[in-house]
Amino acid sequence: MAAPMLRGCCLARRGALACIDGGSRRGRGAAIGCRSSGKRGRSSVAQQSLITAQKSGKGEHAWAAVVGLEIHAQISSNSKLFSGSQVQFAAPPNSLVSFFDASLPGTLPVLNRRCVEAAVMTGLALKCHINKKSLFDRKHYFYADLPAGYQITQQRLPIAVNGSLEYSVCVGKKRSQVITRTARIKQIQLEQDSGKSLHDELRSQTLIDLNRAGVGLLEVVLEPDMSCGEEAATAVRELQLILQALGTSQANMAEGQLRVDANISVHHPGEPLGVRTEVKNLNSARFLARAIDSEIERQINELENGREILNETRSFDCKLGCTIPMRDKEGKQDYRFMPEPNLPPLLLYDTASLPPGADPQQVINIDRIREQLPELPSETREQLVQQYGMLPEHSFTILNEVGLLEFFQNVIKETRAEPKKVTSWILNNFLGFLKQQNLAVNESPVTPSALAELLNLLDRKAISSSAAKQVCIIKCLHVLFFY
Amino acid sequence: MWARAVRFGLRSWVAWRRGFTSKADPQGNGRVSAQVIEHLERLALVDFGSQEAVARLEKAIAFADRLRAVDTGGVEPMESVLEDRCLYLRSDNVVEGNCAEELLQNAHRVVEEYFVAPPGNISLPKQDEQEPFSYN
Repeated sequence: MAAPMLRGCCLARRGALACIDGGSRRGRGAAIGCRSSGKRGRSSVAQQSLITAQKSGKGEHAWAAVVGLEIHAQISSNSKLFSGSQVQFAAPPNSLVSFFDASLPGTLPVLNRRCVEAAVMTGLALKCHINKKSLFDRKHYFYADLPAGYQITQQRLPIAVNGSLEYSVCVGKKRSQVITRTARIKQIQLEQDSGKSLHDELRSQTLIDLNRAGVGLLEVVLEPDMSCGEEAATAVRELQLILQALGTSQANMAEGQLRVDANISVHHPGEPLGVRTEVKNLNSARFLARAIDSEIERQINELENGREILNETRSFDCKLGCTIPMRDKEGKQDYRFMPEPNLPPLLLYDTASLPPGADPQQVINIDRIREQLPELPSETREQLVQQYGMLPEHSFTILNEVGLLEFFQNVIKETRAEPKKVTSWILNNFLGFLKQQNLAVNESPVTPSALAELLNLLDRKAISSSAAKQVCIIKCLHVLFFY
Repeated sequence: MWARAVRFGLRSWVAWRRGFTSKADPQGNGRVSAQVIEHLERLALVDFGSQEAVARLEKAIAFADRLRAVDTGGVEPMESVLEDRCLYLRSDNVVEGNCAEELLQNAHRVVEEYFVAPPGNISLPKQDEQEPFSYN
């Protein structure tokens, strides 16, 4: 199946994506699951910051939309946040569940060191202030996939606060101008994931699998600094790349490792912010931008027709292409936050404050983690621009396409052709062929070596450009006919 | 175990109340209104069941309210009695799990190694549908 891809910025490419309902959070109605395997859809209309009301003709006031995001990323670790059961996608139901995960009486949470390190690393990469003391709380609500009746989270004092996420949007007529935007990060907190509910409408029952219950999550809260679906989708893509580069999360949306909730409101510029709605369970990169834009449109529509926006929770129905309210009979939730009585405060140290003679297994040194931060996507892109003289927007495409960076680097290694030619060929021709055949980079029938050789031939002028293109096409078609 | 949970919940709830005009006790006479009791029952799924239980709640709140007599200006609140303890950090190894059969024995209904639950939350019936007992 094609790897999930997001329309990052310029050279807008569309690709097939799997949209699977992996999320199971509180307050939802019927599970919405959609599969869109193998189809290339239309992307959402490129939104600009100010959306002019066109349809109704009542008042040509411009509307401004405000989008904030709450992103849950599953921490890449061997065991769960507070117990020693395994973290693994797709295992026999309830086989990765310990007594604590099942919330049997007499069990206690024991914090996983790797999860704390992952949180600190992510906080540092996102330029956050790391709280040397953070606290755990209980967030109470009832749902079948939350056996304890509460989730352990960090509401009062999370592990990291006040960071920023830079992302770039392509503007201008040919989308060739790259503008950097920043979304402020309110906080990053550690919390438990819930189990999974499988709704069996036929027999009017829900099947519960607790394999996912207790898996460590990083919740990244982005301030409402984004103004449309595209900006939000780009920010999410950038966060995905950062998490993958750090190794703190595989951030694969198809496997439910990255889930996004959006807070959306609209207002006239200069006036106070409008009532916001929450759109939950945006589990597909493809539908993220569409869902947000459709909600913005809906809100504008409602307000222009004299109606009010309810502060409610909605979900995106990809078949209908719009958001629908979730069945939420209980109205505004009261989570009764209270301190987690079984966990002392989490204390972190730096080199200056490290207690002498402390057990290295029992202390976490923020400075050490900072020293070990790997190269971040922004640095990689900068490197590509410097080393290979490519345009910034090309470096974005290379990083945004899953597997393309590695492919590109392998070709460069083996070919004698100029880097600029390689870049141009890969972005203009190679990527185009893949898209036509709906293939991901790692499914490419043309290997880096083969492409390198092809480019060598081109370079020596042994073959023409059109001949080279034909070879690629034949190779791609070969896959279609014989596999 | 439930009683402990309710007590903990109450204490923090009381602490929250301190800074605000009490919605539960607008006359300041120490009585907790029927509305609040119903809200608590819905949130915590605790059945107060009798006037005696409500009286016990009111006494507990009055007891905790005596903290107001102490001047805590400039004092950092204690969030946890464990605040001087070290939070133990476990190595990231898989040491548990693989006991589906044992866990499923606890379940009332099981379908192919899944726990079975009703299709959604079943709301607590409204007050007039419940076993009637007068709050005041």
